[in-house]
Amino acid sequence: MIAEIGHFALVLAALCAIVQCTLPLIGAWLGWSSWMRIGPVAATAQFVLTSLSFSALTYAFIRSDFSLALVMNNSHSAKPLIYKITGVWGNHEGSMLLWVLILSLFALLIGYFGRELPIRLKSLTLAVQAAISSAFFAFILFTSNPFERLSTPPFEGRGLNPLLQDPGLAIHPPFLYIGYVGLSVSFSFAVAALLQQRVDAAWARSVRPWTLASWIFLTIGIALGSWWAYYELGWGGWWFWDPVENASFMPWLFATALLHSATVAEKREALKNWTILLAILAFSFSLIGTFLVRSGIITSVHAFANDPDRGLFILIILSVFTGGALFLYAYRGNSISPESAFSPLSRETALIANNILLIIAALVVFLGTFWPLAAELILKRSLSVGPPFFEIAVTPFLVALAVILPIGSTLPWKRGSAKNVLIRMRLAMLVSIIGGIAVLYHQSVSSLLAPIGLALSVWIIAGVFTDFWYRIAPHKFELKTVWYRCAGLPRSEWGKSFAHTGFAVTIAGISAITAWETEVIRKATPGDLYPISSTYSLRFDQVGNTQGPNYEAIRAEFSILQNGLTVQKVFPERRFYPVSGTNTTEAAIAMGLFRDIYVVIGDGNADGSFTVKAYVKPLANWIWFGALIMFIGGAISLTDRRYRLASGYRPKRFIQSSV
Amino acid sequence: MTKLLILTLIAINFLSVALAVEPGEILEDAALENRARKISQQVKCLVCQNETIDESNAPLAKDLRILIREQLVKGMSDEEVFQFLTDRYGEFILLKPTFTGGNMIVYLAGPILFLFALGGAFSYIKRQQKAINLDHQSLSTSEQQQLDELIQSD
Repeated sequence: MIAEIGHFALVLAALCAIVQCTLPLIGAWLGWSSWMRIGPVAATAQFVLTSLSFSALTYAFIRSDFSLALVMNNSHSAKPLIYKITGVWGNHEGSMLLWVLILSLFALLIGYFGRELPIRLKSLTLAVQAAISSAFFAFILFTSNPFERLSTPPFEGRGLNPLLQDPGLAIHPPFLYIGYVGLSVSFSFAVAALLQQRVDAAWARSVRPWTLASWIFLTIGIALGSWWAYYELGWGGWWFWDPVENASFMPWLFATALLHSATVAEKREALKNWTILLAILAFSFSLIGTFLVRSGIITSVHAFANDPDRGLFILIILSVFTGGALFLYAYRGNSISPESAFSPLSRETALIANNILLIIAALVVFLGTFWPLAAELILKRSLSVGPPFFEIAVTPFLVALAVILPIGSTLPWKRGSAKNVLIRMRLAMLVSIIGGIAVLYHQSVSSLLAPIGLALSVWIIAGVFTDFWYRIAPHKFELKTVWYRCAGLPRSEWGKSFAHTGFAVTIAGISAITAWETEVIRKATPGDLYPISSTYSLRFDQVGNTQGPNYEAIRAEFSILQNGLTVQKVFPERRFYPVSGTNTTEAAIAMGLFRDIYVVIGDGNADGSFTVKAYVKPLANWIWFGALIMFIGGAISLTDRRYRLASGYRPKRFIQSSV
Repeated sequence: MTKLLILTLIAINFLSVALAVEPGEILEDAALENRARKISQQVKCLVCQNETIDESNAPLAKDLRILIREQLVKGMSDEEVFQFLTDRYGEFILLKPTFTGGNMIVYLAGPILFLFALGGAFSYIKRQQKAINLDHQSLSTSEQQQLDELIQSD
């Protein structure tokens, strides 16, 4: 009964989406404000109904209602409660339901935060947003009904993949989805702007927070997914250039580009056309990502649910929305108001360069991901494109991005001078070059990767400090003034500094782990002591068996020794899940600020020894720590005063004084 | 005793699962081994989904790793090993597509698009530049005078 209510609520929500799409659109066209005002109301109803539907499905998962085909296939009564809940979106139908739930949530938020928006822009945006949700409701109702019943329900479910029973994996999809779907808001704003043929700084200001929010969630989602791979897959790989990873990386690159170009559109009234195009493309790449994951067109390790027929439906949605928006852009794009001028050496130019590099990187990822398919269809060649390709094809653009970043972020708007740039940046330049050389002479491997990567990292961070220094100017003012200048910096400036620092930290982590990782693979018996790097040794203390909530395991104990002293103990496991009959490797990681020590235990051999793999991974945590700093930067920037004002927030004091 | 029995049973259970590169496969010669690992990282595990043979636990991956090491011990160069693998399994096995025929597109697309984008950006900035120059010319002497008066009267 609950499931039927859920299904019915889903149908009603779809109808609300259709109402939300059509009536405000007609209203905006004919100038009927009463029809335009229906938008937010329909959005609220749509959200309430979709939540009801989602709750009904969650309830069925919690209660292990195996009369639902979806629950039977993806859940099991012996699963811990948390994984029953996360199982709701660990499959195709549930994840699409989560997708529309987030879509409708964003429509609700536009209605709520957009109180200050001109009613025409707002109702057009809500209409476009509802058109997207209508398409996805149709997709769910016609091809992926999560509430399908079984005529003879079994006693037990089938879904108990132990690899999926992990907090990192369970929570990262919702973050990614919020990111993907959040970009639909930027898309809707862009299409609405094209429909009403009006783009101004206020438009850019209203788009930016949504893009920023999506970017924050994409960043966290990607980082969580990568971290999961790192500790779960058993050898510490953290990025595989897998199609599903690329599916999230492309929208992230586009969202990053959009964030930067929207800044230009907002502050300088330039690049408005370009920003609109980017907003369209960013969401299109989200849809491409969804298509990649959901169609299974390019099979990959992460796609646990896929179905080619559904892929076709999503391909149609993708073509209609992307094609339609691009057509509208081509038709209306030129009618957008003129742009303001800037000189070739200015922050505007630097941000154009930023956009070019990010987008070319995204396009190369796109081409590489689809190349096997294209080659098979066109060239009749069956081939693969994997990490070695992406590493050489994408990295140069991202390195170039890191090189120009500090220069661009200290350049003034409109017009800069080369002399000033040199004077301001000379110290940062010096520090990073010295840093790079120092690394080159102190490293034990002969590779330029770490010296260059770390020099870039230092360069960016030194650039952040340089920027900060010239903003508060302690060399010009007395302490009190400097303090006021510091406190008076807009939060978006702090956000920018944090985000760039985070990027630098991630670069450092990636360079160090890639260049300096060491690995020792050998057989070991309890009592063995052997070196795993120039500083660390590993002692195999003991091994035994242990019992988990739904698995049995071999558990080993190792001591990590530094200069002969035990610094930490680790307990890697080999687990066996009897219900699903699968084995998993649980790596043990001794985390540290400057290195992780990663120990994996393998097969027990006849002679009582075990295969043991031990890795020393320098600066491993920095990869995700950097993402965390980027996230914090985004969050700080999101609380900037101009967005609070734009969203209708007014400090009380201000209201009183104006009365 | 029962504990030992269970442990053995579990160990037997685990025997079916390997752990990618295993101690028995590793070559004595560190330089050769290093080359073998580098090659393995560019070879696709044919029965897996998007894994290199270096990171895969599949038996076929193990066979391929051993095969590569055998060829290296015979004295083959890296290129010869890749050629050997391609002849045997087709170019599907290479994770880095060869720079031949239509494949050049996927390698050159990035640099070419980049040049186009630079060209586009350059012409856009040039146009902006003109707009700046126009800005400067747009005040005539009388307009300048008016402006000065306005500023002074303030």
